[in-house]
Amino acid sequence: MIYFLAAVGAAFLAFLASVGRLAMFTGRALAVGATPPYYPRLMLRQIIDIGYFSLPVVGLTALFTGMVLALQSYTGFARFNAEGAVATVVVLSVTRELGPVIAGLMVAGRVGAAMAAEIGTMRVTEQIDALTTLSTDPLRYLVLPRLLAGLVTLPLLVFVADIIGVFGGFLVGTYKLDFNPVGYLTQTEQYLATMDVVSGLVKAAVFGFLIALMGCYQGYHSRGGAEGVGQATTYAVVSASILILLSDYLLTQAFFAQ
Amino acid sequence: MSDAPTPKIAVSGLEKSFGRKRVLTGIEIACDAGESLVVIGGSGTGKSVLIKCILGLLRPDRGSIRIDGEETVGAGSAARARLMRKFGMLFQGSALFDSLPVWENVAFGLIQGRGMPRQRAREIALEKLAAVGLGPEVAALSPAELSGGMQKRVALARAIAAEPEILFFDEPTTGLDPIMADVINRLILDCVRGLGATAVSITHDMISARKIADRIAMLHQGRIIWQGPTAEIDRTDNPYVDQFVNGRAEGPIRMEVRAA
Repeated sequence: MIYFLAAVGAAFLAFLASVGRLAMFTGRALAVGATPPYYPRLMLRQIIDIGYFSLPVVGLTALFTGMVLALQSYTGFARFNAEGAVATVVVLSVTRELGPVIAGLMVAGRVGAAMAAEIGTMRVTEQIDALTTLSTDPLRYLVLPRLLAGLVTLPLLVFVADIIGVFGGFLVGTYKLDFNPVGYLTQTEQYLATMDVVSGLVKAAVFGFLIALMGCYQGYHSRGGAEGVGQATTYAVVSASILILLSDYLLTQAFFAQ
Repeated sequence: MSDAPTPKIAVSGLEKSFGRKRVLTGIEIACDAGESLVVIGGSGTGKSVLIKCILGLLRPDRGSIRIDGEETVGAGSAARARLMRKFGMLFQGSALFDSLPVWENVAFGLIQGRGMPRQRAREIALEKLAAVGLGPEVAALSPAELSGGMQKRVALARAIAAEPEILFFDEPTTGLDPIMADVINRLILDCVRGLGATAVSITHDMISARKIADRIAMLHQGRIIWQGPTAEIDRTDNPYVDQFVNGRAEGPIRMEVRAA
């Protein structure tokens, strides 16, 4: 029994130490942003990488999510004769919840993994040490532009995903479920509040920051060659996905819980 | 009062452990200005750890490292940034940035570290590439398009681009054929003498050590167990040095199977 408790205690202490290391890493990475030099060109490259190149995968996911949502809510609500609420359910679900979460998870898989692999390879091939010897702070040069790019880009990406997701619902609603197109759009607009969209975009900003943070953190601390880089990539995607879902709950609670 | 000049680098009582593994257990070594010091020792004896502690890439557990008489252990970020401007480093695997062309790799410290305009930095990069025997046609290539020997030359050009006072070489000839190794050794000598720089190298390649060193020190079990002028290394009666220099399996040095 005592061994079991010791193991649980050790695991908990290790978890707290990891949280502390992550918090210190985040603090240091943000603190370097207080003074120049800045690297706008690197940030722009990351914005293009996170935003533009993720657009096809996020767009497709959003389209099918909106379509499935319309179909599911129609078949479900038909049991209560509430089919008329489909357009409202689609737009609220997409803007408040599914747009940011689905886009966040897709970007975590695509961009978070790539960040961890790139920075991890730079770590194990001593390129990060080389940056330091060339009077360049690796946190300032590698990490800060990615964090800011994640923070700025994911809301833009989610805004586009929201539109595509609602359009997916509209397609299914009008072509398959025989809703009147004007009526569908009117109902979509009627019950949509500014807060629904804003809350989704705020969530997206938080998710973007978390994805970049976990990609950079895991890559920066990778060890042991190719295996270590592979492990860092896995950890980056898994930890970013968990943090997205956790922070999604907390933000939903903050925005909408009475 | 002693009139002896302040050593360029003075390391005293340096200790560094990783977990329970004690890697450096009390290093005492100094290097005068303009001198080329080579630290030899087997794999896993802590040579790279020593050089990274001096560079400030690793934080020592205990001890003192003085550069030009200034204590660097525990130095603040401003002091550390000032120190870094004195250093140039050639990494074992070259550590070139994959995402940048060759000339930007060479000019990186000038553009990012010192804020030099890109055009002027490019001109200097081409000069430094020429100094290591590479023509301007290499400048636009990606590091991945170069052979190992050419990558080492580019890394050397990058190390000397900002004309540092102290150059560090981590296993400069590892993985190169004997001819290319000799080319790199000569380039190191030319660059160090040309700049009038102080050089600290670590290697287990005795041909390289004999060629580039004014003085050699041997690291074993976390301590410097011998040091002296290059010419004396073949005359020493230290059995550890004798075994290492002559590459014999039998002797007091036992190869460790585990790294840690």
